[in-house]
Amino acid sequence: MELMAGDEKYLLAIGTKKGLWLATSPDRKEWSFTGPHFLMSEIPSVGIDTRDGRTRIMVGVRSEHWGPTVAHSDDLGQTWTEPDNGAITFPEDTGAALERVWQIYPDKESRPGVVWAGAEPISVWKSTDGGEHFELNRGLWDHPHRSEWGAGYGGAAAHSIVVNPDGGQVHVAMSTGGVYRSLDGGTSWEARNKGISAYFMPDPNPEFGQCVHKIAADAAVDGRLYAQNHHGVYRTDDNGDTWESIAGGLPADFGFVMLTHPRREGTAWVVPLKADGERIPPDGKLAVHRTDDAGNSWTRLDSGLPDHEYNSILRDAASVDTAEPVGVYFGTRGGTVYASDDEGANFSEVAAHLPDVLCVRAAVISGAPAPVV
Amino acid sequence: MASEVIEIVLPSVLQPLAAGNAVLAAAVEGPETVGTVLDSLSADYPVLARRLRDETGALRRFVNIYVDGSEVRRLDGLETPVRGGQEILIIQSVAGG
Repeated sequence: MELMAGDEKYLLAIGTKKGLWLATSPDRKEWSFTGPHFLMSEIPSVGIDTRDGRTRIMVGVRSEHWGPTVAHSDDLGQTWTEPDNGAITFPEDTGAALERVWQIYPDKESRPGVVWAGAEPISVWKSTDGGEHFELNRGLWDHPHRSEWGAGYGGAAAHSIVVNPDGGQVHVAMSTGGVYRSLDGGTSWEARNKGISAYFMPDPNPEFGQCVHKIAADAAVDGRLYAQNHHGVYRTDDNGDTWESIAGGLPADFGFVMLTHPRREGTAWVVPLKADGERIPPDGKLAVHRTDDAGNSWTRLDSGLPDHEYNSILRDAASVDTAEPVGVYFGTRGGTVYASDDEGANFSEVAAHLPDVLCVRAAVISGAPAPVV
Repeated sequence: MASEVIEIVLPSVLQPLAAGNAVLAAAVEGPETVGTVLDSLSADYPVLARRLRDETGALRRFVNIYVDGSEVRRLDGLETPVRGGQEILIIQSVAGG
C-alpha cells in the first residue's frame, strides 16, 4: 500500500523487565504512550507485523511466577489474545519446557502469516498463522551439536533469525553456539562460524561455540550479513562461509546490537560497549556507530545523547523502522529510550525511567486506531 | 459413588484466568492427586493451567500449592493425595524485585 504524506504513523514498542510500553507518533517527534502492559512480567521479545493489512503486535511475555507465553494484539494493545494451549510449547517427546522467547521475527512481505521465533532453551520455531501457533524446528533441535551448545550470561537461546528473500536460506545465531545456516528453508543446518573468534574457549577458532550476539542481513547484497560478536564485529560476503572483521574504526568491538538498513546496501548500526568485563559505553560516552560502506569505515553518532551513560544496550533493545529516512531507536538497561528520525544523525529521548529495556521494535503503520491513553 | 468437592483457592492475580472465580470446585469420586486435580483444570481453564505448570507437567518454581495448609513440595509434590472436602490453595512465592 502506498502511503500518502501525512498518513504515516509510527509505532514504537518497548519491552522491559517489568512490562511493555507502546507509543505512537505522527511524526517520530511527539510520542503518545500506553502502558505498562503486562505489568511485572518481562518482555524479552516483540515483533510488529504490518503485513496482511493490519498491525499485529506479538510479544514474548515471561513472568517469574507464571512462566513464559506469547500474546498478540491487533488493536495496538487495547486487547491481547493468548492461545489457550500456548503459541510456543515444546512437544512432549522433547522433554523440554519453554523458558523465554527471545525473538519474534515476521518473515518477508511475500510470505504473509509466516513468523519465526527464537527461544530458550535454544530452539527455532515457525508459525504460518501470523504468530498464533508455532512449530518447533526439528532440524535444529535434533542437531548433533546441541549437547555442546552452552549458555551465555543471559541464558541459552536462539536470538537472531534472518531469512533471505526467497525463503530458501535461513541464518540463526545463538548464544552460545554461533551462527547456523540452512540452505533448505530450515530443514537442515550447518555451523557457519569460520573467522569468528571464540577467544574464551581453548580453541579460539572452533567450528561452533561462538557467542555471536546478533546478526543482521544486508538489505541489498545477497549473501552479505553482519555480526556483532562477544568481542568482534564481522561481515560475511559469502553467505556465512567466511567472516572477516569490520571492527576497525570502532572504539570497541564488544556490544550486542547489530542493525541494518531496510533497503540500502552497506548500511548498518552498532552500539559499542567497552568490553566483556566492562559493559558500559567506552569512557561512559554513549554513541551509535553507523557504516555506509559495509563496515570499511564507521561514523560516530552521538548528537542528542547524554554526556554520561553507564548502562548497556541489549541485543534486541534496538530497532530501525522502514521510513525514509530510516528511524533508529534504542533503549538502555537504565530505562531510557532514544529515537532518531534521520538514520542516527540526531537522537532525542523519548522515554526515561522505565525498567531495564530488553527489546525495542519500531514500524510504520497506517490505518490503525489511536491508542487509548 | 457420590461425588465430593475439592476446593481450589486462587490468588487474585490468577482469577481472571478462571472466569473471575476466586475458588474453583473440582468434583471427585475418590482419591485424587494434586496433579490430577490440576489436570482437570486444563479443559476449562487451559491458560490458568499453563501458569501453574510447564509443558512437562512440572510445577513452576515460584508457584506454591498447599493441601489443607501443607505445602506439597514437603509432601509428595504433585503426587500428593487429595480427597473430597480438602482445600488446594495456590499462592505465588515471594520472589523478584
